[in-house]
Amino acid sequence: MTTEEKIKQWCPQAGTETAGETVVHVPADRLEDVCRRLHDDAEEPMDYLRDLVGVDQGEGCLSTYYQLESSRTGSRVMLRADAVEREGRAMLPSVSGLWKTAEIKEREAYDFLGILFTGNPDMRRLFLREDWNGYPLRKDYDMDSNPLDMGNEENADVTEEFRLMPDGTLERRENVVFNPDDFVVNIGPQHPSTHGALRLRTSLDGETVKKIDPVLGYIHRGIEKLSESLTYPQTLAFTDRLDYLSAHQNRHALCMCIERAAGIEISERAQYIRTIMDELQRVASHLLFYSCLVMDMGALTPFFYGFREREMILDIFEETTGGRLIQNYNMIGGVQADIHPDFVRKVKAFTKHMREIIHEYHEIFTDSVIARTRLKGVGKLSREEAISLGATGGTGRATGWSNDVRKRHPYALYDKVDFKEIIYTHGDSWDRYMVRMDEILESCHIIDQLIDNIPAGEFRVKVKPVLKLPEGVFTASVESSRGEFGVFLMSRGDKSPWRLHFRSTGLPLVHTMDTVCRNGKIADLIAIGGTLDFVIPDIDR
Amino acid sequence: MEQSFLDYYSLEPVTRWIHDTLCGVMPEGWAVFLEGLVLGVVILLAYAVLAVVLIYMERRVCGAFQCRIGPNRVGGKGGLLQVPADVLKILTKEIIRLKNSDHLLYELAPYLVILASVISFSCLPWHKGAGVLDMEVGILFVLAASSIGILGILLAGWSSNSKYTIIGAVRSGAMLVSYELSLGITVLTVVILSGTMSISGIVESQADGWNIFKGHIITLVAFVIYLISGNAEANRGPFDLAEAEQELTAGYHTEYSGMHFGFFYLAEYLNLFITSGIAATLFLGGWMPLHVAGLDGFNAVMDYIPGIVWFLGKTFFVVFLLMWIRWTYPRLRIDQVLNLEWKYLMPLSLLLMLLMVVLKVYGLVF
Amino acid sequence: MEVKNHKLATTKDMRPEEFKNNDYLLRMAEELNRDGAGIVLSTVDDVINWGRSNSVWSLALGTSCCAIEFMALGAARYDMARFGFEVTRNSPRQADLLMVLGTITYRMAPLMKRLYDQMAEPKYVIAVGGCTISGGPFRKGYHVVDGIDKIIPVDVYIPGCPPRPEAFFYGMMQLQRKIKMERFLGGRNRKEKPEDGETKREEKA
Repeated sequence: MTTEEKIKQWCPQAGTETAGETVVHVPADRLEDVCRRLHDDAEEPMDYLRDLVGVDQGEGCLSTYYQLESSRTGSRVMLRADAVEREGRAMLPSVSGLWKTAEIKEREAYDFLGILFTGNPDMRRLFLREDWNGYPLRKDYDMDSNPLDMGNEENADVTEEFRLMPDGTLERRENVVFNPDDFVVNIGPQHPSTHGALRLRTSLDGETVKKIDPVLGYIHRGIEKLSESLTYPQTLAFTDRLDYLSAHQNRHALCMCIERAAGIEISERAQYIRTIMDELQRVASHLLFYSCLVMDMGALTPFFYGFREREMILDIFEETTGGRLIQNYNMIGGVQADIHPDFVRKVKAFTKHMREIIHEYHEIFTDSVIARTRLKGVGKLSREEAISLGATGGTGRATGWSNDVRKRHPYALYDKVDFKEIIYTHGDSWDRYMVRMDEILESCHIIDQLIDNIPAGEFRVKVKPVLKLPEGVFTASVESSRGEFGVFLMSRGDKSPWRLHFRSTGLPLVHTMDTVCRNGKIADLIAIGGTLDFVIPDIDR
Repeated sequence: MEQSFLDYYSLEPVTRWIHDTLCGVMPEGWAVFLEGLVLGVVILLAYAVLAVVLIYMERRVCGAFQCRIGPNRVGGKGGLLQVPADVLKILTKEIIRLKNSDHLLYELAPYLVILASVISFSCLPWHKGAGVLDMEVGILFVLAASSIGILGILLAGWSSNSKYTIIGAVRSGAMLVSYELSLGITVLTVVILSGTMSISGIVESQADGWNIFKGHIITLVAFVIYLISGNAEANRGPFDLAEAEQELTAGYHTEYSGMHFGFFYLAEYLNLFITSGIAATLFLGGWMPLHVAGLDGFNAVMDYIPGIVWFLGKTFFVVFLLMWIRWTYPRLRIDQVLNLEWKYLMPLSLLLMLLMVVLKVYGLVF
Repeated sequence: MEVKNHKLATTKDMRPEEFKNNDYLLRMAEELNRDGAGIVLSTVDDVINWGRSNSVWSLALGTSCCAIEFMALGAARYDMARFGFEVTRNSPRQADLLMVLGTITYRMAPLMKRLYDQMAEPKYVIAVGGCTISGGPFRKGYHVVDGIDKIIPVDVYIPGCPPRPEAFFYGMMQLQRKIKMERFLGGRNRKEKPEDGETKREEKA
């Protein structure tokens, strides 16, 4: 019995939409029940909430799409629920009791669309200022309604919670984030170790961290809203700037999604190039991860080691794509330009060099007693917590959760190459670090299998400059350098998307900070932030 | 022991001659005052020059460790004038006064830090007969004077009225006070070995062999402990928790700008030098040349090298060691720092002191 | 453009004619030549400016992509320490240069201004990347400041997305040239007129 059939059984009113991908439409009042049954299902527990996307369907209808996956079997299902109007506000029941990651994703949907989730303990704005007017992703939002406010921003120490009482009335509660006598330190938004404009309001007891409240949005650029007024090829430019350390992979995901929707088959050669570029990007990103982590921990010399090898990759990128950091290389239908004649030789030289040099990284940092004692047993995350929090990528794999999209839902050439998914089991900072260090070698292994076999042929198939996609919902996900990067594309048959949403890899990771850092020291917090490896512009979008 | 060349280089006759000449033309009180004034200026100058040298050295050393070139544009090929440019810049930078700080303490703190380090600096034995502050309890005086610096750091962190600075100050308070213990005990170990607390006396007692060789394995271990705790006292990596750039932005001196910050910056480097200088004095024989028993020709050649060269050479060697450590290791966490001190270093140094007493009583040292 | 003035010809490694001069720099040079200064004062000024221009400690306000290129600038291959940019201070009080690296959003803008206000004089600002200069690809967005020069005075713009490290160097050397033309003792020429720079001092506390 498929999941859709099961849902139909539990909830006969549920409808199915088959434009694009299959979406099961569940009425709002049955949502909680259906979700609970899916989550607790015996054979195929849908315990991983990949993403939660709010959409303004037009004509005052706000809805939310839930993308679920079973960590056991890897099967996926997408639900849709339309918000119900109550006391003048659009409402849906919260699913944050089932999936912890929904806490923050529902906040995002509230922030963007004003959907109130009853039962979510924290209904504050997420990315925008607390005194922001309106909800930007609604179709009737006036882009000029919030001019630049240079005034000081006050952050409330309490959160709002709305509960739906059995008699249909709404009860408003306040949950306390910080008490007035807590010693709250702002780490960020301008701080050397937050890797961007992230702000962690941290309450301390001496050196011990008691609670962390992440405040986001300092680099929220409104990419999703901007995409709605651009043509499909134009939207590609934003993906590189989301998580600039996974530029290739992000763009790969969006291109793949659009190609899937438009029914474009890309050439074998382009697939090879994309896969190699993705893996090179992963190595570059992990090298930067190493550099940043060691710098956060106060060891400045290894920082330069990481950058030394990273520059080799950037050279390779630059020759072929013309860009060092942001390459704009993947295109709908293939890649922008053919590989440089030196590409194969240089990539081979690089993987050989990387294997020979990585022992230096381990000698100076991994083998150091201080590094071991600082990382081992610190910031533990269990497998269940990781799944519930949606912490994918190296963070999840360090807890024993096998979540590599390349293995579970292969795309490009990942089903043709032989590679190991790196899994560690302790879930501490050390394992998170080791996962990435091992993945560097594994990526080199993937590249080596492909680099000699790049087939001849077109590197790009011809695609019309202005593309119209058929109506429906389309998704794609790739394994980016720091987790599952997903694209949710909703088309109304137009030349620009109705709604384009990106699954941020970093948002669940930042949400993890509070769980992981509690009762650690300030120095641990910094080290944990380094090992979680998030990139802020990707979180804020 | 042939002391002839050592005596030849001794500055004592020179200083006595200057003193006598001055006393010939003016009352002794005036002469002493004048000498003190001149010495003070010389010390401050030496302090500034050494700070510039050390900062330059640090940049070159860390450049070399980090596979990069380091400063090489400012002032000719080697970037020799880079640090003077920094000094000029920092001298003409605005000094910010904070509205909600404790003004008196806020302004006092950098001076306390620099004062502590200048006083300790004056106690170093540069050369035979050239110790500026040389008293019977000299080494105790150094320990006492350098503790004033902790006060400065605590005051700086507290008076700035900022959360980061107070965390930095509390950290350094906890750490420095702890490490002072093992530092003091290792120093006492040497004092027991040498039988004197006077700095010049300790150096003289090493004429027949440096302490690091004389005290069997004990002084060697004590030397290592001294280096670790001295490194912590100087607030340098891997013990730079009080500043911990990646955690506390700039630690206790986050709110200081201009020359006030410059004082902290200078003091950090000079404390490194003082720590190394004291290490050289206690364990490596101060300005004493290297003598190997039996090789008289070699010893005679060594004697030709003036004491100040020996002293600076040894000190810079230790400085280099400490820089090497700093640019290699990640930073420790506060509880690890304190564990290291209270659970390992302090008991170990106590044991070393006990062993040294036993050895000394039974005359088992060289 | 030929500028017959020794004040403009002062950076190693690049000949003065290789730099582009904009009207701002030319105006400063012209004022320097026209007004003149006492030989003592101007010599002292020259010495101070030499120090300041060769010791520019930056505070990196890195919000997005450009910050990574700035890190590459500090790393071994490009090594900005060579030019006197060695130290990056994380405390605004101790920095001379605010490097704005990456998009500035509405939520970040007040904080950027506060950072600028917290810095000690003399302070300079470099706007790096298309986003800081004009809002870049996001300028039509509802949450992006279209140009940080609307909030704080900018000394040098380094365009690019992100700029190459060489472009960083060019921009930073241009800033050095600008600093070398400042007057410290013999009057002021860097600041805008006082009534323009009103936002200056209020927050210094």
